[in-house]
Amino acid sequence: MVIFGTALLAGCYLLGVLLGDILGSLIGVRANVGGVGIAMMLLMAAQYHMRKRGLMRPETEKGVTFWAMMYIPVVVAMAATQNVIVAVKSGPIALLAAFGSVALCACVISLINRAIHRTGAAAAWQAAMPAAELE
Amino acid sequence: MLDKFMHEIADNQLVAAFAVVGIIVWVSNLLARHLTGGRVHGSAIAVLAGLALAYWGGLVTGKTKGMADLTLFGGMALMGGAMMRDFCIVATASEVQIDEARKAGWLGFVGLFLGTVLPFIVGVAVALAFGYTDPVALTTIGAGAITYIVGPVTGAAIGASSDVIALSIATGVVKAILVMIFTPVLAGFMRLDNPQAAMVFGGLAGTVSGVSAGLAATDRRLVPYGALVATFHTGLGCLLGPSVLFLAIKAVSG
Repeated sequence: MVIFGTALLAGCYLLGVLLGDILGSLIGVRANVGGVGIAMMLLMAAQYHMRKRGLMRPETEKGVTFWAMMYIPVVVAMAATQNVIVAVKSGPIALLAAFGSVALCACVISLINRAIHRTGAAAAWQAAMPAAELE
Repeated sequence: MLDKFMHEIADNQLVAAFAVVGIIVWVSNLLARHLTGGRVHGSAIAVLAGLALAYWGGLVTGKTKGMADLTLFGGMALMGGAMMRDFCIVATASEVQIDEARKAGWLGFVGLFLGTVLPFIVGVAVALAFGYTDPVALTTIGAGAITYIVGPVTGAAIGASSDVIALSIATGVVKAILVMIFTPVLAGFMRLDNPQAAMVFGGLAGTVSGVSAGLAATDRRLVPYGALVATFHTGLGCLLGPSVLFLAIKAVSG
């Protein structure tokens, strides 16, 4: 039943948010601390164990994946309800912060991947799976 | 007739919002395919369109909730509200296979942590340079530089104002688009030609839409590797943003 998946998702969500609230009050922040992240980990753990025991039927999965696929539309709706006027007036912060982080991350990626390259992993992969096979 | 139609929409706002968002996403996908040749992900255009519509809504009504202040689009407030947003984000965790994640190895996780902390620092530094001093605003803008989901989730959790949240979303959206456009351009520089490299990239570059679209334009076979790590990105950011990172900013700013 589809509702089992959605109910599992709802259960993880509520438990995660509850734990986030408790964690928040424990460390003295008047906020929900990582409730969404905790809920994600709970869902991953629950699904992992249910799949191993064969309890996760395709129908049940659908009750979760539907909501996962709704995430972009919901984000679009969220964007459409923001106070953009004020943000636009606040100047080039968004542009600079985004550009700066992308540039910095690209450099770090390049650094790490050049280090990987020396181990020869890339060559092995290119040889094992020619691009033409997947075209 | 038109009057009746408007009346029905006003009476069924959430359902109307589903239809409106569907139309926005459909038009955005068309634009992505035909105007940008598939280089810019349809979802990124849709989010930008949402922000543009929110700007228009704010301009028309002079209020703070963007499009949702127009009676016809009131349902957007519920559809894009905190409950639905967080519920759907949690659901995306179902796309992560733990067995596959284990194979991603430590490099992906190093990338993830760097990809969370480095953009955050850049975001905070830029916000500081522009005169923000409030720890809540600094953290929210810094979190926006992680992804356009982490920004609003963090901002909502620590009580940021709507304008700061909008700014953090704008930062994240600009970043996603930059990643999409510049990934194929910088693929050679980033040595993006094997799964391990794609996982490092997925962790550091963040945003799932940016990573998947960028990798698709670079080498289609790399997409699942990058996306696998990138799906952790939002979760890690949502976990660290309102907790460790916020506390760190609070401690630094005294």
